[in-house]
Amino acid sequence: MRNNLHALWQLFFGDSARAFGSASAILLVLLAVAPAKNHFSEWRHYQKQYLRFIRGRADAVTLERHFQGGIQQIWIPEQQVTDRCTTCHLGMKEASLADVSSVAFREHPVIPHKLTEFGCTTCHRGQGAATTVEEAHSATEQWEQPLLPAKYIEAGCGQCHLENQTGTPFLNQGRQLISSYGCTHCHTIKQADGTSLTPDDDPPSLKHIADKTTREWVYAWIKDPQAYAGTATMPSYHLSDDDARDVSAFILAQSTPLEPPLQPVKADTKAPADPAAGTSLYGQSFCASCHAMQNAAGMMVGGNVGPELTGIGTKAKPEWLQDWVANPNHYDPGTMMPHYRFDAAQVATLTGFLESKTEPDFVANVHLDPATPEQIEHGKRLVLENGCASCHEINGIKKPENFAPELSRIGSKPLNQLIFVEGVEHTLPGYVAGKVRNPRAFGPSLKMPQFKFTPQQIDAITTALLALTDRAQTQPPTMRIASVQQTKYQPAGNAGQLMGDLRCFTCHMINGHGGDMAPDLTWEGTTVQREWLTQFLKNPETLRPALIRRMPKFNLTDAEINTLADYMMTVYQTPEFDRDPLPVSQFTPAQVEQGRQLFYSKFACQSCHIADYKTDKGYIGPALAATGKRFNAVWVYHWLKDPQALRPGTIEPNQHMTDDEARALTAFLMSLKSGGAQEAMKK
Amino acid sequence: MKLLLIAVCAATLLMAGCSRKSDQPAPLQSTAAGTAIVESSGGKQIGYAGMLLDQPVVVQVNDASGSGVAGAAVHFSGPSGVSFTPTAALTDSSGQVTTTVQLGQQAGRYKLIGSTHDASGKNIELTIDEIALGYQQTVGAQLNAQYCVRCHDPESTPQRVSNMDNLSVKPHPFTEGDTLNKMSDADLVAIISHGGPALNKSPQMPPWGYTLSKSDIAALVSYIRAVADPPYQAGGLVYAQK
Repeated sequence: MRNNLHALWQLFFGDSARAFGSASAILLVLLAVAPAKNHFSEWRHYQKQYLRFIRGRADAVTLERHFQGGIQQIWIPEQQVTDRCTTCHLGMKEASLADVSSVAFREHPVIPHKLTEFGCTTCHRGQGAATTVEEAHSATEQWEQPLLPAKYIEAGCGQCHLENQTGTPFLNQGRQLISSYGCTHCHTIKQADGTSLTPDDDPPSLKHIADKTTREWVYAWIKDPQAYAGTATMPSYHLSDDDARDVSAFILAQSTPLEPPLQPVKADTKAPADPAAGTSLYGQSFCASCHAMQNAAGMMVGGNVGPELTGIGTKAKPEWLQDWVANPNHYDPGTMMPHYRFDAAQVATLTGFLESKTEPDFVANVHLDPATPEQIEHGKRLVLENGCASCHEINGIKKPENFAPELSRIGSKPLNQLIFVEGVEHTLPGYVAGKVRNPRAFGPSLKMPQFKFTPQQIDAITTALLALTDRAQTQPPTMRIASVQQTKYQPAGNAGQLMGDLRCFTCHMINGHGGDMAPDLTWEGTTVQREWLTQFLKNPETLRPALIRRMPKFNLTDAEINTLADYMMTVYQTPEFDRDPLPVSQFTPAQVEQGRQLFYSKFACQSCHIADYKTDKGYIGPALAATGKRFNAVWVYHWLKDPQALRPGTIEPNQHMTDDEARALTAFLMSLKSGGAQEAMKK
Repeated sequence: MKLLLIAVCAATLLMAGCSRKSDQPAPLQSTAAGTAIVESSGGKQIGYAGMLLDQPVVVQVNDASGSGVAGAAVHFSGPSGVSFTPTAALTDSSGQVTTTVQLGQQAGRYKLIGSTHDASGKNIELTIDEIALGYQQTVGAQLNAQYCVRCHDPESTPQRVSNMDNLSVKPHPFTEGDTLNKMSDADLVAIISHGGPALNKSPQMPPWGYTLSKSDIAALVSYIRAVADPPYQAGGLVYAQK
């Protein structure tokens, strides 16, 4: 061994000439390393492959002309973008390469942005300056933001687009879930434009909970809310039987009686004569517009604005139901539920109907002994620990501030600040999705409760959270597209009070405030005739035959109707045009006839609207058979000319009518004065 | 001496080769075999590139009499980027296997394959088609849901009553590739923008060109192309792909 090595040494370094020769050779090899590394670098390999790939194609000449060798870079200093992705992704701008199977050479899918204006990493993340596949795409020790998985790609859009966009359904859904599941009761989420995400789940106050329900129901509910109603958004806290017993004891012990107290259910009016009266009053009042209920066939029917009512009789005490139906403001002044003006008999009928909707199994196995002071004390500790007061008002417990970590920059959270557990992918999206899916897996002592989300919902929420990045917070304000914020509009005076009592804004939007279940009423005074409005408020008719959600009948007095109608006719006027320049008396029979022709032939309005119940069947837009009684001619005229100008987002197509056509159609429509749908059905 | 050196090198190489953990799960052992594999549900869904399909894919392994076989191993595979949870499973008591599918990043059509072995060990396969929408098609899908489906979709849901039966000329559902594939992009843009009369068809199709933007209409066309059944072949691009 020793001899061998010695011989080798002698061979190369035996004398000075040999040593010089060998050392030179070694130096040469070392010097060649750098150019060789460059020559054999990955990106050159991709560029050669690309050239080979396009050479065989019919459009090779064009593609070769577009090709530029060497390292390519998109540099946008103000957005901190230095992206060399296009060094290897060579077909990004080539429309003819749209269907190529190799990701490296495929055209970028059509998006509204130019690569040269936004770069790549702005949306996709990854390391822009890197020139190897591994470093550009994956997380390395020096780079924690790997390429975003395709399913979360809309998070890229959400950094600038704070508003809902047509092209980002998952981001929109995620944001909607974050607000409808009330995530921001505990987590603060501030957006770059200074607004905060606000919850819209409206968790009930527990200040008078003992008036509303029993301790047994509360116990069963906090054990498993979805067992009572599949649509419930309340999460599960995985409470043990003892803990649930103590929490229910404390919550009930803190409850104070309502002022003035609930009235006992009157025995004489309790049972309605007609067993179907309750069902039909429930139907007539359009309770199902907001509340869901399981029907006899087991199908869930109704809206999701209010809680599901399938087991309401098990949940609510009869005297509370009676009080709530009569005037919900008494129990909860902040409720979204309107104050229907039911008479005593109707209250009794509806109370009886709701009481009969029971789910006795839900509380059948709950047997609770009277609570001891120790149990109540323990319950209080649990309520404080779990942050119940973040969502619910509870007497004697203050709403905790910043109960959970702020999430305003969760999309850029460094991985070394996160604690991963077995089975969770070691990436930020993996962590966020894992936390939303099963928070307690990250440690039994963690407080975040278990929500019931589908895998798609988890992906959507993760997408929305990943959009909350440092980039979103720090980029120039000109990059941001703000979200549409609700205004604080409140109508004034008696009418305003009345509209508040009827909760018009739960469904209708006026001046940027309110819901989107029913038409925007901002310009209703210009739209309709006063006589129609009063008639409609007295007895709402069906305007849109295809809709399930309808305007309920509130049993308003004539005085109340006049107050509302006066206010709406005076205040809700568009400033865009004058209300009275088109007197109906001006229209000639010839114009009416021309309008009829246009309605049925050129514009084929009967496809979507009904002008005559005998011949037309169009189901999409409102029925127009009573247009002459309902609308103002000038509104109809302007609507026909440009519907979106009067109501942005309406699906009525702008037909680009001439002035004469619009005038003739208005003449025809204003000549339609038959009754509403009910009247027509009777005929 | 030399031998020793070579042996050491070989051993090192061997160990390096072995150090990669094998993450292949143990193959499933079928306890039964059927004669056919059929789709129960979850085919022909319109999903989004890179995302989970709304509905899981359910396949069933049947015996000769057409009833489900429990305990047959079913393997799922698809083009690169598609992932299945689980990728393989034994059929349950009704002969079915359910898997959730995440589509690949590229928009387009995905052929998923469910396979099982019959009693003789022969591989039997089932192909399931799914569609992944990209960004532009997603915009089209949203616009479709807002403006078009009410007339172009014959199906009614509790939230949305189909208007198709109320029209004297029946609109074509967008999946109707036999008809719509024959129309050029320019024709589709024309009829959407200017209404039926633009192509000598019924005015019951209104003009949307003053309501929707050009890019909206392009998105709608790309959506219509994406969901066509049979699939749409772009005529103009064929030459370039050679």
